[in-house]
Amino acid sequence: MAMKIGEGKFKENVNKNMEDTFMRGAVASAQERLRTRRLDAAEELGNWEEWRSHGEEIRQHVLNNLDYYLHELAENLQKRGGHVFFAATADEATGYIREVVNAKGGKKVLKAKSMVTEEIGLNQVLEEEGCTVIETDLGEYILQLDEHDPPSHIVAPALHKNKEQIRDVFSEKLEYKMTSKPEELALHARETLRQEFLTADIGITGCNFAIAESGSVGLVTNEGNAGLVSDLPKTQVVVMGMERIVPTFEEFEVLVGLLTRSAVGQKLTSYITALSGPREEGDVDGPEEFHLVIVDNGRSSILGTEFQSVLQCIRCAACINVCPVYRHIGGHSYNSIYPGPIGAVLTPLLGGYDDFKDLPYASTLCAACTDACPVKIPLHELLHKHRQVIVEREGRAPISEKLAMKAFGLGAASNPMYAAGSKMAAAMMKPFTKNDRISNGPGPLKAWTEIREFPAPNKERFRDWFKEYEKGGGNQ
Amino acid sequence: MSNVKVTLFITCIVDMFQADVGKATVEVLERLGCDIEFPMGQVCCGQPAYNSGYVEESKDAMKKMIATFENAEVVVTPSGSCATMFKEYQHIFHDDPVWRPRAEKLAAKTYELTEFIVNVLKVENVGARLKGVATYHPSCHMTRLLGVKDAPMTLLKNVEGLRFEPLPNAHNCCGFGGTFSVKMGNISEQMVDEKVDSAEQTKADFLIGADGGCLMNIGGRMERRGKPIRVMHIAEVLNSR
Repeated sequence: MAMKIGEGKFKENVNKNMEDTFMRGAVASAQERLRTRRLDAAEELGNWEEWRSHGEEIRQHVLNNLDYYLHELAENLQKRGGHVFFAATADEATGYIREVVNAKGGKKVLKAKSMVTEEIGLNQVLEEEGCTVIETDLGEYILQLDEHDPPSHIVAPALHKNKEQIRDVFSEKLEYKMTSKPEELALHARETLRQEFLTADIGITGCNFAIAESGSVGLVTNEGNAGLVSDLPKTQVVVMGMERIVPTFEEFEVLVGLLTRSAVGQKLTSYITALSGPREEGDVDGPEEFHLVIVDNGRSSILGTEFQSVLQCIRCAACINVCPVYRHIGGHSYNSIYPGPIGAVLTPLLGGYDDFKDLPYASTLCAACTDACPVKIPLHELLHKHRQVIVEREGRAPISEKLAMKAFGLGAASNPMYAAGSKMAAAMMKPFTKNDRISNGPGPLKAWTEIREFPAPNKERFRDWFKEYEKGGGNQ
Repeated sequence: MSNVKVTLFITCIVDMFQADVGKATVEVLERLGCDIEFPMGQVCCGQPAYNSGYVEESKDAMKKMIATFENAEVVVTPSGSCATMFKEYQHIFHDDPVWRPRAEKLAAKTYELTEFIVNVLKVENVGARLKGVATYHPSCHMTRLLGVKDAPMTLLKNVEGLRFEPLPNAHNCCGFGGTFSVKMGNISEQMVDEKVDSAEQTKADFLIGADGGCLMNIGGRMERRGKPIRVMHIAEVLNSR
């Protein structure tokens, strides 16, 4: 599985997924819970808007000086004995990791949750090499057990499943015999996974933020699995998107605070870990070999464009948790491992318009995403920019729409045409009008009236009334 | 105090489909001592084409609007979304040395109706009376982009006889989104259905909003489903006696 998770067209996926009442119930209740927790956490911290601005500044500063900080990070990590590999593409990244695994004779690979490894399709590559790859994040583990069901959310990948469905997966795959109580389910997963940790050859994690000044990799988790993945196996591989970097621990602290509050409404997660290369003399734990794979895979071509701000993203999913479209269609409809507003902006940039040109239209531009973003990415504006690019630069809009918009441009801008059109509207709509309502409209109104009534145009427009009113001296 | 001269930007939706909202806007403002002017040259603000990505196609309409309201002292409109669009022009013409300054002037003098009454006229009670239970849908562009959050409720809570029931999940968009409502009709339907369900839960007599597009969407869906709650634009509520 790489970034694209299926072959279906957007509309087909939407229609299929909207029938899934379990999924929709699970998504709606998760959204409400996560949104409230985020707002409470922001209020408790205070000065949230200032923190957001600070976060935005840090991210913009890093993006504008990315080459500098990547160099600093690589140099510092190498000084500590780590290996650094810059991968221009997904294939280069997976190819390098495959070589590392093969060189070690690795058979069992343990992973902590990482979206970028999903993006580059790492699991599939390693499985094809004959490795056993085990996801250790509970959500990812559930999905892996369930025949590699793709993630539907970037923080809570199994958000589309309720606890009964998870119990069924465990019963079928793990001979689980307990109830659907989350505590019992989690305990069972923990016991099963613990054996795997002790016998793994290679550990692979993602990276929330790398810290350039010390050559460290910062990880933010609640389950503690990332700590075990990075400590127990002898070889560790960290995979990071090339933009996920901060200058020093000072900025790390700011961004972690924004991340944990925005993602799950926590002041801090249970574990915040900074890994700085392989075990050194005198260390009691840590891997013998440490590899950092820095993935470009299309990111550098976003730098310097009107879409650069999307790279500010810290993967908190706050935008997804407030999106009223995501709420009804669920993550899988986007056909990308990056769903919701951030996915609708990022996926077409990384994966192209051929497969993903519908996504920027899956939004009412209500701006709930922009409002929620802790680093102030203007998500709804970027969705709009995509539309503009699709229409004006790519010329991919349907002909009928182009003609309609051309006519709109002429009609709306010209006073005589607007005046005549709006005046004729009532007469033109008369055959379709009953009790001042249009229930079965012609042409472009059809799609509207399939769902709702449309008001009949006023026989006397406001401007006609006002002209008469003024003649009569207004309210005098 | 001499009368405030207000130039009305009525919006194409109100002009063509909701003339009563326009009349109510005029009457409320006149009662508060405003002189109303309505330039007949006004057309659509260009938002439908603009939001669909047709930026070039929508620019002529925008220029027409900028020119039409050039001599206005104050522009007031009964729509949060259309007011937002007027404020957006300055960014759209950012690189245009001729139109940018003109667009900036328009942005600076444009107000949404309730914002104008509360913040400029400094009136919180317009003396309206309406008996019943109401719920309020805060439209997205008005609250999030224009930043007008409190003015509508400040005015509504002073309407005599009106009791408020909060709308569950009020922050969620109603599913209008301009061309989204037809382009993604299936998703829009689910969104507006949830909004209608939430409104019904309140058992309100009136669903009030400050944007014609959202009200057309929610009202149209309610009528299709039957047993509609009466949908009212806030101007009509403020004009109730």
